[in-house]
This record gives sequence, C-alpha cells and structure tokens, in this order.
Amino acid sequence: MKILTANDLATGDVVWWAGDGWSRLLEQAVDTGADGEDIGKREEAARHVVGAYVVDAEQTADGPRPAHIKERIRGLGPTVRPDLTLKPEAGDLTAWVI
Amino acid sequence: MYQYDNYDQAMVDARVAEFRDQVARRLEGKLTEEQFRPLRLMNGLYLQLHAYMLRVAVPYGTLSGKQMRMLGHIARKYDRGYGHFTTRQNIQYNWIKLSDAPDILADLASVEMHAIQTSGNCIRNISSDQYAGVAADEVADPRPWAELLRQWSSFHPEFSYLPRKFKIAVIASAQDRAAMRLHDIGLELVKKDGVIGARVFVGGGMGRTPIVAPEINAFITEDEIISYVEACLRVYNRYGRRDNKYKARIKILVHELGVEEYRRQVAEEFAHMKALGLNPPREELARIAAHFATPAYESGLSDDLDRSDPDFALWVDRNVTAHKQPGYAIANISLKPIGGIPGDASADQIELMADLAERYSLDELRVTHAQNIVLPYVKKADLYALWKELEANGLGEPNLDLVTDIIACPGLDYCSLANARSIPVAQKIASRFASNGRDAEIGELKLKISGCINACGHHHAGHIGILGVDRKGTENYQLLLGGSGAEDCSLGTITGPGFDENGIVDAVEKATDLYLRERTEGERFLDTYRRLGMAPFKEAIYG
Repeated sequence: MKILTANDLATGDVVWWAGDGWSRLLEQAVDTGADGEDIGKREEAARHVVGAYVVDAEQTADGPRPAHIKERIRGLGPTVRPDLTLKPEAGDLTAWVI
Repeated sequence: MYQYDNYDQAMVDARVAEFRDQVARRLEGKLTEEQFRPLRLMNGLYLQLHAYMLRVAVPYGTLSGKQMRMLGHIARKYDRGYGHFTTRQNIQYNWIKLSDAPDILADLASVEMHAIQTSGNCIRNISSDQYAGVAADEVADPRPWAELLRQWSSFHPEFSYLPRKFKIAVIASAQDRAAMRLHDIGLELVKKDGVIGARVFVGGGMGRTPIVAPEINAFITEDEIISYVEACLRVYNRYGRRDNKYKARIKILVHELGVEEYRRQVAEEFAHMKALGLNPPREELARIAAHFATPAYESGLSDDLDRSDPDFALWVDRNVTAHKQPGYAIANISLKPIGGIPGDASADQIELMADLAERYSLDELRVTHAQNIVLPYVKKADLYALWKELEANGLGEPNLDLVTDIIACPGLDYCSLANARSIPVAQKIASRFASNGRDAEIGELKLKISGCINACGHHHAGHIGILGVDRKGTENYQLLLGGSGAEDCSLGTITGPGFDENGIVDAVEKATDLYLRERTEGERFLDTYRRLGMAPFKEAIYG
C-alpha cells in the first residue's frame, strides 16, 4: 500500500493522510493508491501541510507499517524518548520500529 | 564576555521583526514553501524528522548565566522540556512550532542571542577552544578574534551565498581542543618574535570527503587576519563548485587546485586587498578585546582540596582541569550520564547550570564541541559545593574523555538525513563499559558516532569512530579506528564489514580488549593503535 505523510504547516507535527483529512496517528493512514502525490500537492497548496511525500507500507493488524525504518520512527517518535511518543504508555516499542 | 552595542542589538531586533513578518506571510499563504524555506533556514529553522528544529548560535560556545537561563526557558515554554547541545557548540530544539518561532527569536534577542547563520551556505557560528582565556597553555585569548570574525561575517553581503556552508575555528594553544584542522578555515594564534599572529589552515572538514586542512600560511600578523581570511573566501567564492553540492566545500577546491596554487591565488587576492586597506581598525579589535579583559581574580586563594570524599576526588581527577590562575579551576560538566542521551539537558538542568555559573563561575559558561558544558572560573574552594549540586541533579558523571563520554549526533531518532540511529548505540556502549569500570581502566578514548556520512558526530575524528549506514533498509554500523580531532589530527580508517547494533558494541569491546592487553606504560588507545597498526585490531574484531 501507499501512504502519505507530511508535517503540519503551523505546528510541524508529523501527520498522515487519513482519507478526509490529516491525522497524527499512523494507524489511521489510508492507502492513497496512485493519488498520493496529487493529494500532497493539493494539501500543500492549501497551506495545511509542508513536505508531503508518499511512502510504501504494509497493512498489518495494528494498521499500516511503513516499509522503511525512517517512517516507522516518524510514526512512533524518537525511540530513545518513549515518553515523547504518541504512545508513552505502550512501553518499549523499539521492536516495532526495528 | 562580549556585550552587544546598539548596532548589534538593532541588527538582531530588525531580523526578528523581519522573520515575524515572513512567518505571518507564510501562514497567510503569501509565501510558498519554496520561497519561505531559504528564509527560515537563514534563521536556523529546519524541518526535521518529527517537527521544526531550531538551531541557536552560541558564539564560540560562550554564554552568560542569563543567556543559559533563557535557553532553559525556551526549552520549557516552547519545546518539550529539553535542548540538545551540538558538536558546533550550539543548542538545538527539536519540537518547535513555526508559529512560535518569532517569539522565540524575540526572547533570544532580549539576551543578545539569535539563530542567524546557523544554517545555509554562509559563514556559520565561529567555534573556539572552550578553555579560551583560562588555559595555561594559550599564547593569547582567542575570543576577541572569534568575536571580530563573528561581527565581520554576520550578514557579510559577499559571503551570504557561498557555494556551500563555511565553518571557521580559532584556537590559541598548541593543544587543539576545537578540532581546528577539520574546519573550512582553522586559525591557530601563535607568537613569533614576540608578535601575535596566526597560522592559517584551509580546506579541512569531515562529511563524505574528510580532509585534514593543510597549512596555507605559517604566519600572518594579527592585523592581517580578517583580510587574509577574506582573501581565502574570495578565491573560494569565485571558483568553488556550485554545480554539485557534494563537491562544493572549499576542501574540494583546495584539493583540486592543489595547495600551492590555492596559496598563490590567495596571496594574489590578499595583495589586492591590502592595497585597498580593508583591515579593520586596531581600535575595533581593542574595543572588542576590552570585553574579554582578565576578570578580577581573588588573590591568595589556596590550591588545597579536601579529597576525603572519594566520589568527589574521582570527579576532580576526571572532570576538573588546571586553570592559569592560582586557586581557580576549570570544571567540566558532563552531559553524558551513563545510558543517557549525549548532549541533551533538561530545562531544569539548563537553569541549574545557569545558577551555578552565576554563583561559582563569574557568570560564565562554555559549550564544548564534545557536547559538554564548562564552568571556566571556579574557585577550588567552591568545587565541593559545586559538585554536590551537580551530582544531585544528574550532572556529576565523572567521565570526561572516557569511552563513555561519547559524541553522538541526533541520528535517525531525530534527523531526516540520517541512515541509522546513533543514540541507542552510544547508550549501549556507555552502559557496557561503565558497568564493570572498564571505562576508567581504559582511560582517554574518544568515541564518536554519526548516523550518516555527513559526520555531524565527528566519526572520522574518533579514536574509535562509528558510522551508521543504511543496508537494504536496515541499520548497519561501520567501525573506524585511529582518528583524532586534536593537535595530532588524523582520520580514522574503516576496519572492514559493518555490524548490527549489538555487533558494533561487541566490536568496540574487542578492540579495547586488545588495547588493554597490548598497551605500554602511558599509552592511550590511539597511541597503541598507531604503534600496532590496523592488522591486529582487525584480527581481534573479525578473527
């Protein structure tokens, strides 16, 4: 599957295209098929986001898992500061990243 | 310390107002990202892996207590409660909102700080010796020249769009504590026949093409420093490559022209500049130097220390350095707690260090390129009280220059350019070597980790260096041995095939085990490596 990521223009937060808008939660990312780049350009032009790009991912029971470690860290947050990730209560998520 | 005059303050305030307007126009849609990107970068604002990142300049690593306290305030109010001190003596914040950036710059300006020229193809923050002004071995205080260079390079119209970024270091001791020869220009102040001048090294750097800077001029007088540096830059600005960013640094130009030809062209340009009379007036250097006058040291202080507390004695032996003034000491605060993140400090810790500087160090701190903090003016009689507070707040690690005092870039945990994570490797190595006291047994060993070939973690200059690479989508780590950023500057050599995260920790241990077996009296790891060569280390690591 193809998923679309970007940073929120004003806050810089990492966001994922969720079909009808952006979500900070990777598990809400949807398959953009071949439309990802167009959606990204449209959303950048609307000043919602900056730096949009499409990444490969696989669908898992827990939601999309990006193919490359860089986007997995983008989705989780810094592996060395679990307290700053979106799921601090989940404990060590390093295994999911690696 | 240097204090802004009206011109300095007006320039910085005007830049804040300008950037506030630019941010508003970006958010209103009057500027596209393509238009805005170079403007935000000129103010140190990057877009990183998780958010905007702001890099704040700390000129030649020097801060007052008030400035340090402001850095803590910014960490608490605008970031997530911490900052990261960098290998260029600056500080970075990882979680900045674009909409907050103008207010942050205004807060910085209120304490004579900014983020100007911390990005972009311009002359970056001038770096220097963290012991400037207090080192017993310096021929002069390098800070007035560093400040003069800062003022000369700030908004210099000719050098705002260089082929590539440009880094300058100034030192004044034979002992190089600033990796001077790994800069685009390195200046070493020296004395010749009683006259102060500088040796000039040009074309050093790390990154994908590491080069130790060759000496371009063995002595220029202090009056000629600015003009000569300007001549060096003019030749680069004219002939440096702009068609390929990977070949655009001055080191490539010097290498391709050859040292002799580059030196000849600089001499020609310098002669032209001398005729124009462009050297700054001596009065300006004197005005700046007055800000760095020797402080009013107390006389008659004792050099005796009560070493009855063994933990304190250990910290003194490891982290306290000799001061040129009797009764005083230089205290190094390690930002490398075992298992912690190299260079990170919480807002509370930053504010505490500001308080300690005011109470114990004549209101001054230094940031080191090794990502630690220095209190340069501590009375020996105050060391114990200082240490007690550091120790109680996670800042008392006695590991300066040990294998656990690791330089590490933010790596893939934060950086969009990185190929692999640096911090977890640093944490694992530090934990393993501290757990059985082997870090102390080994002694001086400078270990440096970069998460990509850009080498922000100075891996080329580590006695042991580690480079993170991407091997088919997984993290892999190459091991280098034999580098040094000091006066015995050298570049590390890759040992062979890379390792995974656990494997690289084992490899470092095998290399140090060999060192412990083979070292002779007084030899550091680097000395033993240089004596034995790569072969036995390779055998120990891969055999």
